[in-house]
Amino acid sequence: MEKTPQTLPRNSWTYSPEINAEIRRAADTGIYDIRGGGAKRRVPHFDDLLFLGASISRYPLEGYREKCDTSVTLGTRFAKKPIELKIPITIAGMSFGALSGPAKEALGRGATMAGTSTTTGDGGMTNEERGHSEKLVYQYLPSRYGMNPDDLRRADAIEIVVGQGAKPGGGGMLLGQKITERVAKMRNLPIGIDQRSACRHPDWTGPDDLEIKILEIREITNWEKPIYIKIGGARPYYDTALAVKAGADVVVLDGMQGGTAATQDVFIENVGQPTLACIRPAVKALQDLGMHRKVQLVVSGGIRSGADVAKALALGADAVAIGTAALIALGENDPKWAAEYDALGVTADSYDDWHEGKDPAGITTQNPELMKRLDPVEAARKLRNFLAVMTLECQTIARACGKSHVHNLEPEDLCSLTLEAAAMAGVPLAGTSWIPGQGGF
Amino acid sequence: MQTIDLSTTPLRELNSSLQAQSENTNQTEWVITNPKGAHAIAVGLDAPIEVTVKGSTGYYCAGMNQQATVKVTGSAGPGVAENMMSGTVIIDGDASQYAGATGQGGLLVIKGNASSRCGISMKGINIVVHGNIGHMSAFMAQSGNLVVLGDAGDALGDSLYEARLFVRGNVKSLGSDCIEKEMRPEHIEILKDLLERAGADAKPEEFKRYGSARKLYNFHVDHAGAY
Repeated sequence: MEKTPQTLPRNSWTYSPEINAEIRRAADTGIYDIRGGGAKRRVPHFDDLLFLGASISRYPLEGYREKCDTSVTLGTRFAKKPIELKIPITIAGMSFGALSGPAKEALGRGATMAGTSTTTGDGGMTNEERGHSEKLVYQYLPSRYGMNPDDLRRADAIEIVVGQGAKPGGGGMLLGQKITERVAKMRNLPIGIDQRSACRHPDWTGPDDLEIKILEIREITNWEKPIYIKIGGARPYYDTALAVKAGADVVVLDGMQGGTAATQDVFIENVGQPTLACIRPAVKALQDLGMHRKVQLVVSGGIRSGADVAKALALGADAVAIGTAALIALGENDPKWAAEYDALGVTADSYDDWHEGKDPAGITTQNPELMKRLDPVEAARKLRNFLAVMTLECQTIARACGKSHVHNLEPEDLCSLTLEAAAMAGVPLAGTSWIPGQGGF
Repeated sequence: MQTIDLSTTPLRELNSSLQAQSENTNQTEWVITNPKGAHAIAVGLDAPIEVTVKGSTGYYCAGMNQQATVKVTGSAGPGVAENMMSGTVIIDGDASQYAGATGQGGLLVIKGNASSRCGISMKGINIVVHGNIGHMSAFMAQSGNLVVLGDAGDALGDSLYEARLFVRGNVKSLGSDCIEKEMRPEHIEILKDLLERAGADAKPEEFKRYGSARKLYNFHVDHAGAY
């Protein structure tokens, strides 16, 4: 007998297996999904842009033969002691508590070898971090965990964190599992309880107050340290302008692909704008105020390669910061721990439950046994290598565009593969001279 | 005694002079005249000196103080003694918003009233307010003691951690997870000491103690309505 043709089982696009699994998980537990990292959804990104190498209308430089400078100075507006970096790639703020001590040490060692800076995070400054980071940026966060004037003075720069790309408008959350005795002591809280970091600074409201707060910090630190202001990529034009008005030496702009130690998945995936979409409005704000290159712009959020660095610089940034990529360079999500990731119900490269403190790589944990797995010296070497590769890649592209300094890259060196990216980056769609969406932000 | 006139001396020069004092300085008494509401007066001090500000101050007076005793013979603007580490700050008049915010240690005495968010996110500081305090005071306060001889505004101690709150007058409302707690002998002792050090004319037995119910220390969906 002939078999009746059957329709193939077909999953709904709206109710995909992933969505269904999340609905069942929420129904079971009664709590939203908390995770680390940045947005995982596909959004317009640097991959959508291409460089236009030199031919006749532009003249390229010889790779490995002609100089292409990568140095950058941050904090030239007011600070007596600006930060001099050899490369335009810095390490973004990540907290001790979220990260293990050896991981912070490795970041410090690796960044120092590469000639760049690291940044503290929510939870204060550790001696390991200060000791291994030649240049250390001290984050001044709404929680003020571990905040004290001695550490302000031990820092090379101070970054006032107003927002974060993964969660503009949101606070932090370090769940009880990771609150060891040391972490608890640093934060003046009991062991084992959830630690909420406030979403706003407790002692100022609005840009006028921020201006006075910056005056206070400058007075405490003898006007020596550059003051960075970190904003989440939500309203980059206005937030950048207000940061400049408040007196920032440096604006740090973190797009939605920027990571976090732990927050709600719904927040990470649904709040904020892609990094690519944030850069040009921020640069425009600086240009409108006559402050482009006078107040430096550091861009972060999903920077993974020298091409990403070159594209961010071409769009007007002075430097970039990396967080997640630096952790991966240290060994986070390494397939060598595949069996253990499997036991946790995930795979290498997809593990993001950093708040649970069970990280097989020993990086996002306070478990002493897991922490031992990370050799800070070896991990630092890997980070140094990664930073060197990113820098070489960026130089290679810059030379191909005829630039003797990576800061000479410009929007005219770029075109876009998609309409969306062309509009966001303010560069022409490939094969055309058309820049969609021009005429205001 | 050193006298610095802020109408003729720049703020930077004033703070540099005060910050330059060491543990063993013999210049222990300083008077600042004509503050006229200036911001960031006497911030970042770290020596056992006594500074008297003759008049009212703007934002962040005595911010991040260590060791020093700073006395304001007027009122203080927002953020007085913010993130103080140690030492003593005394305000003869009233204090504006977020007095003693995130303070990690030391003693802040406000002889008049304090506005909203007094002791917000305090982390070990002791604050004694002779008058009343405004709303959202001690929000997310982690440790230390807040003593109020007068009344407290709305949402006192919202999302409180381990800080102790002592109020002699009325409390308009308590914030999430903040409850009245038993006053035990050790609390009477703490209060007695603080009242004495703050020159406050009140008996410890007249106060009620408020603290965290500790129900929100670890998130659970059944508590979601409390947030």
